[in-house]
Amino acid sequence: MAAAAPASSAPARGPLGLLRRPWPDRRAELLLGAVACTILAFVLGMVVFVFANAWPSFRENGLGFFGAPPAGATVDQQLSEILQAPADPARWTYELNAWPLLWGTLLTTAGAIVIGTVFATFAALFLVEFAPARVRAVLAPVVTLLAGVPSVVYGLIGILAVAPQVAKLISDERKQSVAGIISLTGESWTVGVLILTMMIVPVMVAIIAESLRQVPNAWKEGAMACGVNRFRVAWTISVRTARPAIVAAAVLATARALGEAIMLAMVTGSVAFAPQPIDGPTFFFEPTRPLAATIVAYSEGLSVKPFAQTIYAFAALLLLSAMALSLIGWAAKQPMRKYGIRA
Amino acid sequence: MIENRRSWALRDRLGFYACWAAGLALCAIAAAVAIYMLVKGVSELRPAMLFERPSDGVDQRGQGGLLDPIAGSLLVTTIGIAIALPLGVGVALWLVEYARPFWLARLVESGVEVIAGTPSIVLAVFGLILFSESFLSVLSFKPEGADTAFGRSFLIAGAMMSLIALPLIVGATREGLNAIPGHVREASYALGKTKAATIRRVLLPTVRPNIAAGTALGMGRIIGDTAIIVILLGATARLQPLEDVFGPAGPLRGTGSTLTSFVYNNSPAGEGGAFEKAYAAAFVLLLIVVVLNLVVARIAGGAARQGGR
Repeated sequence: MAAAAPASSAPARGPLGLLRRPWPDRRAELLLGAVACTILAFVLGMVVFVFANAWPSFRENGLGFFGAPPAGATVDQQLSEILQAPADPARWTYELNAWPLLWGTLLTTAGAIVIGTVFATFAALFLVEFAPARVRAVLAPVVTLLAGVPSVVYGLIGILAVAPQVAKLISDERKQSVAGIISLTGESWTVGVLILTMMIVPVMVAIIAESLRQVPNAWKEGAMACGVNRFRVAWTISVRTARPAIVAAAVLATARALGEAIMLAMVTGSVAFAPQPIDGPTFFFEPTRPLAATIVAYSEGLSVKPFAQTIYAFAALLLLSAMALSLIGWAAKQPMRKYGIRA
Repeated sequence: MIENRRSWALRDRLGFYACWAAGLALCAIAAAVAIYMLVKGVSELRPAMLFERPSDGVDQRGQGGLLDPIAGSLLVTTIGIAIALPLGVGVALWLVEYARPFWLARLVESGVEVIAGTPSIVLAVFGLILFSESFLSVLSFKPEGADTAFGRSFLIAGAMMSLIALPLIVGATREGLNAIPGHVREASYALGKTKAATIRRVLLPTVRPNIAAGTALGMGRIIGDTAIIVILLGATARLQPLEDVFGPAGPLRGTGSTLTSFVYNNSPAGEGGAFEKAYAAAFVLLLIVVVLNLVVARIAGGAARQGGR
C-alpha cells in the first residue's frame, strides 16, 4: 500500500491522490469539524422535526392528552378514529386520551427499575467482592453476553415460554370476572416487567461492578483492619462510594426500558388498557401496551397525516424523557469525580 | 481467610446471603436462557435452512429457510457500519484533537449523547417520514401516482441503523485517543510532522484496536435491533430488489427482512405463524451475537497484553 511510503515522497497520482498526499492541518480540521457539525445538525433537525410534527396533537387535546378516555371509549377506538381521517384537513380529528398508554409505560418501567436496581446492586457486589475466583471468571463474560442478547430473543422467550406458564396460574373465575373488557391470556404487564428486568440487569451489573472495582483498596483494607466484617465493609464503603454509579445505571436502564418497543409489544398483550390496582390479584394478570410498543403496533398508519402527528406526539414524549434522563445521568456522575473515579 | 461468619450481625449475614443469591440467580437466568435457546435451536434448525430461501409471502409455516433474513442482516449491518465508521472516527478525532471552538465541541458531545439515548423506535418513525420526502426517493422508490416516496429500503434502514452504532464507535475511539499520553503527540510534532500527519501516522494506528472493538459492539447492536427493521425495511420475507434497476442498486433500494424481523414476524405477535422457524432464526442470531462478543473480548485482551491500555 502506498500509505506505507514516507509522507514526504512524491504526491501520488490518480483519483485517490488527493487523499494520499499529506493533508494541510487546516483542511483536516475543517473536514473533521464538518463531520461533527453534520451529526449536530441531524440531531437538531430530528428534535425540531419531531416536536413540530407532534404539536397539532398536543394543541388539539390540551392536557386531556394525558387524561383517561371517557367511559365507553378506549384508546384503540380513538386511534382508529384518527386513522380514518377524511381528505379535508378541516375535518381531521385528533381526540386522544393517552393515559392507559402512559400508565402502562410507567408500570412496566418502574417495576423493572425497582426490582432491577436492588438485584443488580447485590449481584455486582457478589461479582466484585464475594465471588470465588472461578465463579467470577465465568460470571463476568456471561454478564457481557447477556447484555448483548437482542431484545427480540427475550421477547420470543417471554411470549412462548413465560406467558403460557403465567396463563396456567389464571383460574376460570378470574377470567370470567373481567370478561367483556379484556381477556387474560397470560400476556400481561407483569411478564413485561419480568422480561424487562432480565434485559436491564446485565447492563446495570456491568456499570455498577465497573465502579465498585475502582474503589481504592486502601479504604477497604483500613476498615478491615479495624475489625469490620467483609459485608459491612462492602456495604458501607464500596456501595456508598459507588452510589452515583448505581444512580447512573438506574438512569440508563430507565432510558432503555422506556424505549423498549418490540419486546414489550410481544409480551404485554398489546391492548391499550390501564391495569386497575383495585382489581386485587387480577391486577397482576392484566394486559397493557406502553407508548413505544404502541408506535410499533400502529406503524402502518404513518402515511395518514393526522395519525402520524399523533404517533409523533408519542415519539416526542419518548424523546423528551430520553433527553431529560441523559441530563440526570450526567448530573449523577458528577460526585464520582470528587474521588477521582471516572464512571 | 479465617472468618467466623456466625459472629456477624444478623443483617450483615442476610446481606451476604442476598449477594450470593443474586449472583447465583444471575447465573441461573443466564443458564436458563442459554439452555432453552440451545435446545430449541438445535431441535428446530436444520443445516439446509441456512441455504434455503423463505417462502414467498407472509405465512412461513411449511417449506422455506432463513437465507434471505441472514443475507438481510449482513447487508443492513454492512451499510450501517460503512456509514457509522468514518463518521464516528471523524467525530471522535475532532472532539479529542481539535474541539475548537469549545462551545461547539460541548454541543457536539451532547448531540452524540442524545443520539445514544434516543429509543430506536423514535429513530425509525423519524426515518420513515424523512425518507418519504419525494426528493429522497432515489433511496427507495416512488409508487405509481403517489406524491411521496415509499420510504422503506435496505439503504434507509442501514442509514438509520448507523446512528445506533455511531455513539459506540465515537465512545470507544475517544477512550483510546484519551489514553494516548501527550508526549507521544509531542514527539511526533518534534519530528516535524503536522497535526494531520500525526493523526494519520501515529494516533490512528494506535487506537485501531479501540475502533475495532467499538465497531464490533456497534455491529452487535445493529444486528439485534428490531424496531428500525420492522418499520423501515418493508417486512417482506424475501429480498425484493427493485425490478427496473440492475446491478447492486436493485437490492439496496428494495425491501426484505433480517433475522430480527423474521423472529418478530413469526412469533405469536407477528403474522408469519411459524414458531419453530422463529426459534431457529433466534438461535442463528444468538450465535452471531456470541461470536461478536468473542471478537470484542479478543481485541480487548490483545490490547491488554500489549500493555497499552
